[in-house]
Amino acid sequence: MKKLVSLILCLLVLTACVSAFAADDNVVYVCNYFDYIDESVLELFEQETGIHVEYINLMDNEALLQEMEISPAAFDVIVPSDYMVERLIARDMVAELDWEKLPNAAQYTLDYLKNPAYDPEGKFSVPYMWGTLGILYNTKMVEGTVDSWADLWDEKYANNVIMMDSLRDAMGIGLKVLGYSMSSTNEEELFAATDKLVEQKQKGIVRAYQLDETKDRMVGGEAALAVVYSGDAWFAIDENPDLAYVVPKEGSNIWVDNMMVPKQAPHYDNALAFIDFMCRPEIARMNCEKIGYSSPNSGAIAGMGEEYAANRVQNPDDETVARCEIYHDIPAEVLKDYNDLYNEVLNAH
Amino acid sequence: MSKTSRFFKWIWLVIILLFLYLPILVMMVQSFNSGKSISSWDGFTFHWYEELFSGRNKDIVSALQVTLSVAVIATVVSTVLGTLGAIGIHGMKKRPQAMMMTLTNLPNTMPDIVTGVSLMLLFIFMAGGESRGYVTMLLAHITFDTPYVILSVLPKLKQMNKHTYEAALDLGATPGYALRHVIIPECRQGIVTGAMLAFTLSIDDFTISYFTAGSKVQNLSMLIYSAARRHVDGTFYAVSTAMFLVLLILLLVVNRNTAEAD
Amino acid sequence: MSRFDVSLPWWAWVLMGLGLAAFVAMVAVSILRNRGMKRSLFASPYALWMILFTIVPLVIIVYYALTDSSGNFTWDNLRNFWDSNYIRRMSATSDAARARYAVRGMSNMDPLIYSLWMAFLCTVICLVLAYPTALFMADRKMKRASSLVILFVVPMWMNITLRTYAMRILLVDDGPLITFLRLVGFKDAQLMDTPAAVLIGMVYNFLPFMIFPIYTVLSKMDPALQEAASDLGANPGRSLIKVTMPLSIPGVVSGITMVFMPAVTTFTLNVMLGGSKRLMLGNLIEQTFTKQSNWNMGSAMSLVMMVLILISLTILRKADPNNEGGGL
Repeated sequence: MKKLVSLILCLLVLTACVSAFAADDNVVYVCNYFDYIDESVLELFEQETGIHVEYINLMDNEALLQEMEISPAAFDVIVPSDYMVERLIARDMVAELDWEKLPNAAQYTLDYLKNPAYDPEGKFSVPYMWGTLGILYNTKMVEGTVDSWADLWDEKYANNVIMMDSLRDAMGIGLKVLGYSMSSTNEEELFAATDKLVEQKQKGIVRAYQLDETKDRMVGGEAALAVVYSGDAWFAIDENPDLAYVVPKEGSNIWVDNMMVPKQAPHYDNALAFIDFMCRPEIARMNCEKIGYSSPNSGAIAGMGEEYAANRVQNPDDETVARCEIYHDIPAEVLKDYNDLYNEVLNAH
Repeated sequence: MSKTSRFFKWIWLVIILLFLYLPILVMMVQSFNSGKSISSWDGFTFHWYEELFSGRNKDIVSALQVTLSVAVIATVVSTVLGTLGAIGIHGMKKRPQAMMMTLTNLPNTMPDIVTGVSLMLLFIFMAGGESRGYVTMLLAHITFDTPYVILSVLPKLKQMNKHTYEAALDLGATPGYALRHVIIPECRQGIVTGAMLAFTLSIDDFTISYFTAGSKVQNLSMLIYSAARRHVDGTFYAVSTAMFLVLLILLLVVNRNTAEAD
Repeated sequence: MSRFDVSLPWWAWVLMGLGLAAFVAMVAVSILRNRGMKRSLFASPYALWMILFTIVPLVIIVYYALTDSSGNFTWDNLRNFWDSNYIRRMSATSDAARARYAVRGMSNMDPLIYSLWMAFLCTVICLVLAYPTALFMADRKMKRASSLVILFVVPMWMNITLRTYAMRILLVDDGPLITFLRLVGFKDAQLMDTPAAVLIGMVYNFLPFMIFPIYTVLSKMDPALQEAASDLGANPGRSLIKVTMPLSIPGVVSGITMVFMPAVTTFTLNVMLGGSKRLMLGNLIEQTFTKQSNWNMGSAMSLVMMVLILISLTILRKADPNNEGGGL
């Protein structure tokens, strides 16, 4: 018995060591979300360039920032969201991109994502995926049309609304329904938005504040309305055809995940090669079809043809895009207010 | 004891076990669900198991290796450390004993996230940010496992005579002999319990591992957490089910062997 | 300045080295003086380990709690715990702003009291469920019951996230439990997104940590004691209360410690089963560390909480006057 146990132990340690030290020099460290890429794309890249890809699973934007502070040379390619892009640029933590080496990115990136507010000169970031924030609703559980943030305050949906448990999005909705900017830094506006959200909770309209769980709960028909990202909406609609998605008429948020290179990235050239490879129309298309979010790549969109064009969840029309805004990063001082006020909402009862 | 009272006792045990096992059953069923969402049953499939055993999903395989090896090593080390610790603490005078017990309870009063962050800082200060990985994670696991071993072994020691060890030494036994033949047999049940608790804590830890392991080594909990951002698919239920069955069978075999040895 | 630029000064290393040397010397002297191993020395590797991996990190946390983001000494983080707008009021530039911050925001007291209350309920329920379970398993007349022990720990080896997802399937509105409750007449029964669901999740999670220590103590209890009690005319109930229970107190205290303390800082269950409808202290601390990256404030909150838990444990120790379970 003892021998068996020690044998198993040795084997475990050995395998762990082997997997930990299998490193080589011609690599690119890509830090991105789990399953946020078509795995075969990585193989294609390795075959073509001979560069080995180390894919590191990212938790969220804040965790990425923390890791970059602790070990600045750990990653070559990172995939932060818009507001984090702005913060990383402001903190001088990312490298300028050499656009000479990014011909595909230059050619195929959609026009309205080319010089976004978070990176106005387009020097640091290349869009990877994007989407909208909106309402996912169960057509069998709602009466009339759902097309406004105000529907989330409708008392006929008491205990039937799942709100988004995410600081910026939750406060943003509170602001938007009152007609303010979703990136407002005005104290009075923030107070008003908080009161609005507290009112919604105290009237018993909110069923729950959720983030990752929302899509599964909507598939199960647990609520009539829920605030979700378009990518999650598409996943849920695919599983449950009773569901539908709308970007409210007051306008909403467009979020963009971007590829960037940290300032101290050990393999700058490999990183650029990887980014540009991701922007090839056929590669971008593979990723888009796997992930189900909106593609920023005109070549990929053209390749996907009618099916993608007709899918209004993945491919919002120009008019929808026009009424949406991209978040600005909030100054640290005001972000504290956001936090405290949102906690006031969560704590209300 | 009357038959009816024995019957009711069994009913009670079965209900408690049912409470603990119902969610596990749901998970096992999920590993055969062909649908993508846990909320809807789309049909029966072996797809997730094929996916798992094909080895295509390298992340899951390596996360499983990390999880199991860390859990096993941390359990062994913390059981030795904790058993010796408990024996020592039991032999102490009142005041140092109280101090040691405070030290033992201290990590438990810390929220996981504080333990994680503070250990992370310790590792960064001592060896730099790049040092974080498999080893630091293992050290952290041993740290939070050991107090549980102490808390399990100590009550057992309290039940035995305080002076057996000294008596054995007086009769000419070496400390090692006294330990192996006098003390350990007395508190074996407590050691086994402690080891089980340590393994349990280790195999399912997320927060502390997350801060101490950095980004390049991931255990299963960390992988599932990062997958939850997007979607936890059936492969995770399959790997958990497989792990569960293997460990359960292993445990029952060991249990039977030791029972026969008794 | 980044949060990580806190390199230790040279004298800190010297101090740590001296401390280590002193510890080793103490152990060595003790061995030599006693001409043999004193029993307490078995604890020295453990003590050393805990000093390095618990005390030193704790000092780091205290350092963070007592400094501001640029590393200067301050009490503000601790003050801000009791009065969550303290720092903002102090730094406000106008009287009008100061007045506003007197009424906005929330107090940390609500989540704190709520968390302590939930942890208390969880501990009580665990105790009520675990004691008979441990008792029945340890019962010598219950053949084969003791081999069940192993079955109580294995569920805990499954990933908590997946387990909680599965738990949700059982608790949702059209799930088996609610369907049953509605059948028997509770028309508006709802579990998901209520404190009850969080409590069920907590009990599920911590129950084995209560069963095990109690079982360990009960299983090796001398059966002669109970026989003696019944010989002396005590009925089973009386011998349980007068003989078994007092002797099992060390196990109970161990169990309560292992359940109550981690239960206070639960936070994932509150999100996954409680729908984040109430803030718990664990959520607040987690959010302060990760989302706000405010380690000074997070450390201060954790310190306050640790002190509170230590106080409640001291009260618990009163139930165990001989320090049998190993109090503080």
